[in-house]
Amino acid sequence: MAEIERLVIHSGEGGQPFNYAVGLHGSKFLTELRDNKRLMGIRCPACGKVYIPPRRVCGACFVENTEWVEVGPKGVIGTYTIVRYAFIDPETGHQKPVPYGYGFIRFDGADTYFQHFVEITDESRLKIGVRVEPVFAEERKGTIRDILYFKILD
Amino acid sequence: MDRCAIIGFGMTAIEARKPGSTFADMVWEAVNKALDDAGITIKDVENVITTSNDFFDGRTISCMAVGDASGVREKNCSCTEGDGTFGAFYGLSRILSGAYGTTLVTAHSKGSESVSSLITNAAFDPIYERALGLDAITAAALQANAWMKATGATSEQLAMVSVKNHGNARHNPYAQLPMEITVKDVLESEMIADPLHKLDCSPVSDGACAILIAREGLVKKGRKKPVWIGGVNFCSDAYFLGDRDLAKAPALTKAAQKAYSMAGVANPAKEIQAAEVYDAFTHQELMWIEALGLAEAGQAGADLAKGRFALGGALPVNPSGGLLSGHPVIAAGLYRMAEAVRQLRGEAGAAQVDGAKRVVVQGMNGLCGQSHCVWVLESGK
Amino acid sequence: MAKRVAVVGTGQTFHKSHRPDVNGQELINEAVQRALEDADLTLKDIDAIVIGNMDHFEGINYVDCWSVDGSGGTMKPIIKLTTGGTTGSTLAIGGYHITASGLFDKVLVIGWEKNSESDTTGAITTAFDPVWDRLVFAGAIAALAAEGMAYMTEFGITDRDAARVSVRDRKHACNNPHAQLRKEITIEDVLASPMLSDPVHLLDVCPRTDGACAVIMASEDVAEKICPNPAWIWGTANRHTYTYVGDFKLGEIDSMKYAAAELWKKCGIREPRKEIDVIELYQPYSFAGIIWIEAMGIIPRGKGSEYIWSGATDMGGELPINPSGGVIACNPIGATGLIRCAEACGQIRGKADQRQVPDVKLAVSTGFGGCYWTDILLYGKKKPS
Repeated sequence: MAEIERLVIHSGEGGQPFNYAVGLHGSKFLTELRDNKRLMGIRCPACGKVYIPPRRVCGACFVENTEWVEVGPKGVIGTYTIVRYAFIDPETGHQKPVPYGYGFIRFDGADTYFQHFVEITDESRLKIGVRVEPVFAEERKGTIRDILYFKILD
Repeated sequence: MDRCAIIGFGMTAIEARKPGSTFADMVWEAVNKALDDAGITIKDVENVITTSNDFFDGRTISCMAVGDASGVREKNCSCTEGDGTFGAFYGLSRILSGAYGTTLVTAHSKGSESVSSLITNAAFDPIYERALGLDAITAAALQANAWMKATGATSEQLAMVSVKNHGNARHNPYAQLPMEITVKDVLESEMIADPLHKLDCSPVSDGACAILIAREGLVKKGRKKPVWIGGVNFCSDAYFLGDRDLAKAPALTKAAQKAYSMAGVANPAKEIQAAEVYDAFTHQELMWIEALGLAEAGQAGADLAKGRFALGGALPVNPSGGLLSGHPVIAAGLYRMAEAVRQLRGEAGAAQVDGAKRVVVQGMNGLCGQSHCVWVLESGK
Repeated sequence: MAKRVAVVGTGQTFHKSHRPDVNGQELINEAVQRALEDADLTLKDIDAIVIGNMDHFEGINYVDCWSVDGSGGTMKPIIKLTTGGTTGSTLAIGGYHITASGLFDKVLVIGWEKNSESDTTGAITTAFDPVWDRLVFAGAIAALAAEGMAYMTEFGITDRDAARVSVRDRKHACNNPHAQLRKEITIEDVLASPMLSDPVHLLDVCPRTDGACAVIMASEDVAEKICPNPAWIWGTANRHTYTYVGDFKLGEIDSMKYAAAELWKKCGIREPRKEIDVIELYQPYSFAGIIWIEAMGIIPRGKGSEYIWSGATDMGGELPINPSGGVIACNPIGATGLIRCAEACGQIRGKADQRQVPDVKLAVSTGFGGCYWTDILLYGKKKPS
């Protein structure tokens, strides 16, 4: 039998759009960020850990978190990387602009890490342990993009 | 099989939209209700199975979102993708394997967050079928026509399923669509895909359900009457709709026969007092009733017309109101199990089936009911 | 009654970066046929099937249903399990419980992925929270790089130390006809390869792969009739600890620590380094080859790099790790954890050909995925007590 050409079919440009519920705790965080540039964590009544982003359940204690705590806005880099490889951003369908600084930031007063962009205008300044603060967007819409990136202070 | 029982359940209300709740919020509610129902704490739970679907949830590794809310932090756990009845099966097998004494099984989905037709279109083969724009409803309509032609079932009989189930839902505080409607209302509702009218189809829904399974020695930890697992099995038909006789459900019959045999049920139509089946569409309830051996082939419609499957009839089907009254995909089969537990404990209120000692539950995966899971639940050991 | 369970047959595709010559069902079927052949069984003998992958890599919903032409699931019980990167090991654990339940005697377990059919990093990124994580999250590589950076800073190791792990695995892969990348590399090659995400270079990470793996498990009632020297499953454990990425303990993988400790305790292993003969570690990047064996309890924290340099984990060393070449040489994600299982069992059964470690009595396989999650299984030549 003659060699048969092997075909590949593209799935088309149609996506599967979603409307994700943010929930009470995330909504409080995002509205405070939008309206007051305040960063709100939440404390577990059992172990006392302050979670950021705030969420309903302390996974370690299996109890409902109740006490809101303002954290930051300054914090420290717990760990980081500089993302240099190309990939398709599922939010846009286009190539994500690289390189960018990707930081795990522990806000003052928080016990878990918040992930966001960190400036890399001078890559040598980005280290574990350096202090950072958020640069807020002028026009804020109640999303995580209301923080543009974190500026290195040290 | 070692004896195991369901010792607790928890359900959120099934609603068209829960815009204020995340997946984790819903699961947290269901899990805590189940723990309260059983009178145990998360510490008594030895392992956890969550059930979800990455397409419906719009995130790959969908189980990740509900880990904390399901209490998995310090426990062995896993995730089944598909209907909650399959998740419960895996949860049961982790007890039968001797590894754990208790399993928490959760299932959740929010149909409201996505476009369901796009999600179910992704279940069709990408090479041969998807481009035709098929979805779960059009596939079910093909099946309905084939089955009606084969059995002589009528649109009126299909409509009666809708009337019955929406009517039953009036007694169910968790149901999304309790309604008092007539056959005429169903037949005059919008034609979605011939022969299925809008009221022949289950709605898009949000909800989460949790159950607790324990092995015999630990059943006494629960404060309520345990509901015993008599038998369970599952089976898949062929995939391509063109490879199957859509008017038949041989995989369901095979799964049911094995589950009945485990439970020692020789004549299901006589030995089972109620059924909770996967009525995603009206014709499917009648098809599944026959394939489960609860009615003679081709007779389900006539039996229904005579009131046999109504509350107060000889064998009430979907006394909870079924999926037609609320269809959180993935969780739906686990809701059926929880509803069966309510019946077998005698907690079903106005929908209580007198003398219910054995209830059959069915869940399914895939298009037109390709793969089925059947449970026989019993009030006595 | 609960049954003891053994692996009686395994099959893998010859994994490649692209398999446009087959569709998904056909890819699955290649692995299934090889596993049946290995066990000298036919599809008729199979009582139930467990299958898994990561949905968004291929964009197919209800894979359990769609795959039956390849898996042989028509008119059989088939169930799908999926937990992200841990899917393959989750399948192995699932196959174990479902067989041990006594409900089925012979269970076919299948993991597969055609990573070539989508953008892998884009698909992994959708695993993470749409509200909190997706803005900066960049798939597995960046999240792992963050772990590597934290460990490196704490213990003063360098990317040269990590490169030694890549060199080991790529060398081992040359002995494995199923591996995708079968070419030796040097430490200089690794360090000269492009920096993907500091401190991780291209040659520190796993490739994208199309491949499938099938494993046949049997209950003690039939196992030895099928296979005279099966690999017995001694125990399984897992921790899927975190829901949010930012909760993890920097530079240490506590899911591995707790899962491994539980497994050793359950199976009576006191000194894993001395008692275990070979490990198939789900190691998606080189730093994990150092950090995760510490968490597993093989070597004290901070001593992993020294242990790797000593050659102890090379073929011929005290505790060879990844004789197959591991994940750095081959990563069809939904199959990867199950390939580790198949490879570990091949070592027990003495069927590992060029990559055989002599006289293996106890072997371990692991899985990694999700939010720094771990699955782990222990296999033995002896039937467990």
